[in-house]
Amino acid sequence: MAVKKSTGAEVLVDILIEEGVEFIFGLPGGSTIPVFDALVDKRIRLILTRHEQGAVHMADGYARATGKTAVVLVTSGPGATNTVTGLLTALMDSVPMVVICGQTPSSSLGLDAFQEADTSGITYPVVKHSYLLKDPADLPRVVKEAFYLAGTGRPGPVLIDLPKDISAALLEYGGKEDGRDFHLPGYVVPTRGDEEAIGRAARLLGEAKRPLVLVGHGAVISNASPELKALIETMQIPVVNTLLGKGAFPETHPLNLGMLGMHGTAYANKAVIECDLIMSVGSRWDDRIVGRYDEFCPAAMKIHIDIDPAEIDKVVKVDVGIIGDAKTVLAQMLPLLEPGDTADWVKRVGRFRREYPLKYKKEGKLRAQHVMEELYRLCDGKAVVVTDVGQHQMWAAQYMLADSGNNWISSGGAGTMGFGLPAAIGAQLGRPGEPVVAIVGDGGFQMTLAELATAGIAKLPIKIVVINNHYLGMVRQWQNLFYDERYSGVDLEGNPDFVKLAQSYGLKGFRITRPADIRRVLKAAMDYNEGPCLIDAEVEKHDNVFPIVPAGAALRNMILEPPKRKLEKPTGGT
Amino acid sequence: MANGMKEIGRHSLSLYVSNKPGVLNRITQVFSRRGYNIDSLVVSETQDPRFSRMNIVASGDRETLEQILKQLNKLVDVIHAKDYSFEDVIQKELVLFKIDCTAEVRTEALQICDAFKARTVDLSADTLTVEVTGTTEKLDAMKTMFEPFGIRELVRTGKVLMARGKAAT
Repeated sequence: MAVKKSTGAEVLVDILIEEGVEFIFGLPGGSTIPVFDALVDKRIRLILTRHEQGAVHMADGYARATGKTAVVLVTSGPGATNTVTGLLTALMDSVPMVVICGQTPSSSLGLDAFQEADTSGITYPVVKHSYLLKDPADLPRVVKEAFYLAGTGRPGPVLIDLPKDISAALLEYGGKEDGRDFHLPGYVVPTRGDEEAIGRAARLLGEAKRPLVLVGHGAVISNASPELKALIETMQIPVVNTLLGKGAFPETHPLNLGMLGMHGTAYANKAVIECDLIMSVGSRWDDRIVGRYDEFCPAAMKIHIDIDPAEIDKVVKVDVGIIGDAKTVLAQMLPLLEPGDTADWVKRVGRFRREYPLKYKKEGKLRAQHVMEELYRLCDGKAVVVTDVGQHQMWAAQYMLADSGNNWISSGGAGTMGFGLPAAIGAQLGRPGEPVVAIVGDGGFQMTLAELATAGIAKLPIKIVVINNHYLGMVRQWQNLFYDERYSGVDLEGNPDFVKLAQSYGLKGFRITRPADIRRVLKAAMDYNEGPCLIDAEVEKHDNVFPIVPAGAALRNMILEPPKRKLEKPTGGT
Repeated sequence: MANGMKEIGRHSLSLYVSNKPGVLNRITQVFSRRGYNIDSLVVSETQDPRFSRMNIVASGDRETLEQILKQLNKLVDVIHAKDYSFEDVIQKELVLFKIDCTAEVRTEALQICDAFKARTVDLSADTLTVEVTGTTEKLDAMKTMFEPFGIRELVRTGKVLMARGKAAT
């Protein structure tokens, strides 16, 4: 029987459907018209964004909220270059994504054709892998390989550069099995860890007097929560988590001390300073949590579980490195565990928690922390919380506890301002019917706020909380603490009226200006479900995030409250 | 260990990679991102046309190099990357020297060629061009011997290496 011929674009869309893709996030252009044409007749929903950066962050939010590989479709040239920030964000935070970029016809490659960019060349450093399609016959294999690479091992973004003549070409597509003949001899997906190393780690965990488990994003990605819980409870080991590890082990669990690092809780950092063993599960010892590498837990035994061999000994040298999938490795470790006596240690970190709590003033001006604490209470800790980047992000990390890894979405590694709103849109699309809260600052929000239209059209009931201090607050904080209050480039004079802005997009707008308003306004916003709403929280302009460990300093140099004396400029980091 | 106490050395790497467009870019970016200079680079197809062999010589501290190797091995198009600096492997490099060489000094120049088993490939009234293969050290030594004559041009292929016996590189 003769196989029917279809265009490359039709085959592409058929494969996306086979791969279980529900949404395509994107914006069209000349070189992608054949693909957008193919979408007209297919059962796949296009989310038209207002900017390509919005599309990539939406895909990112969708992927993190669901664990599925998300798809972006943009045009060549500027369409493709607008994805670069989103690609970096996804690569740094290991998010599975396939980004399809239109490209000038193959015959024009390199001739400076209209909207031509060397997309492959520009994006090599920000993708897990990429393809430039030159032969229509390769299309099925390339698209399927892209999904395989994006979603396996350490996930990441995979880019397909698709020249217009390839998407317009006719080809025979043989269905599901066509193109499954992957040839990837340089790609290995680690699963089980080395038995001997796991045995050693289990023994060290049992022998330690003051052990600590550090939970990172890898634990979320590999769905390691049940194994992690079994290990922590069997061994009675206190837990700290990274910004992106939030929720893999419930933050409301009595053994969880919350986030460590630069703006982590004082009790988490004190536990890190005093521990005699620290085991990282899927964290890459980022500079934001470790401070000074050479002064990080110098006396503690270090165990590192990671799926990426390049992370072992990259910055912190470890005593036991285990390469494998976090869930599988923990399952291998569980039967080998023999609990030691950690009762005194658990008591001691409990005392840290009581002696050094997070605190702020509830009276006087409106405080961002207060808004978040009330929001957390109103959501009963069940909302999917998506943040932007800056002070509000750190306060959210401190006050919006997560009990499930997929309920906390934030740009960690890249620290991409503008991530919050589009990522929340992606998360809400992936998790309809669940409460989604976007907590953004007035700075980052304005970088991608055009996506209010996207959220409005889809009638997504997202609560967008703008923590509005009229400043680029995190930089202002540094200038305040370390640069003699010489403020430079941080005043956001000229902010729009965010309530009116929301209304102009047809959205509901609320405003909070006094602590007494918080509960009432937030409740009204939570009860409004006809579409997105924006809550403009006019907070104290000069607030700083505490605790803070100055960049490049050791954790023991943590500052708990506004200092009375002048501080030196941080020298060791950004 | 204090900063600035890093162990600097010259490293010879062998990479087995997919023979595809763009692979070289991905690989060189792993070096350039870390401010690492590539001293020499040889790329050629292997007995299997789907794969290429790359030999790279680069100088720098050992810790950064270990990170570079791990990042290279992470690339989907890199089958394997290995540092052979401290292993007994066959290492060769070819160089062409074009030196100032009039009739008065020709005998002396040819004696040097003899000592280094170099071959004359071109001769003119004023110049002598020779090819020589060998280890980097041998070629460096020959360069020193030729310097008094005046080296007009020099081109080196860069180091190639291969494991001995049945061992695969």
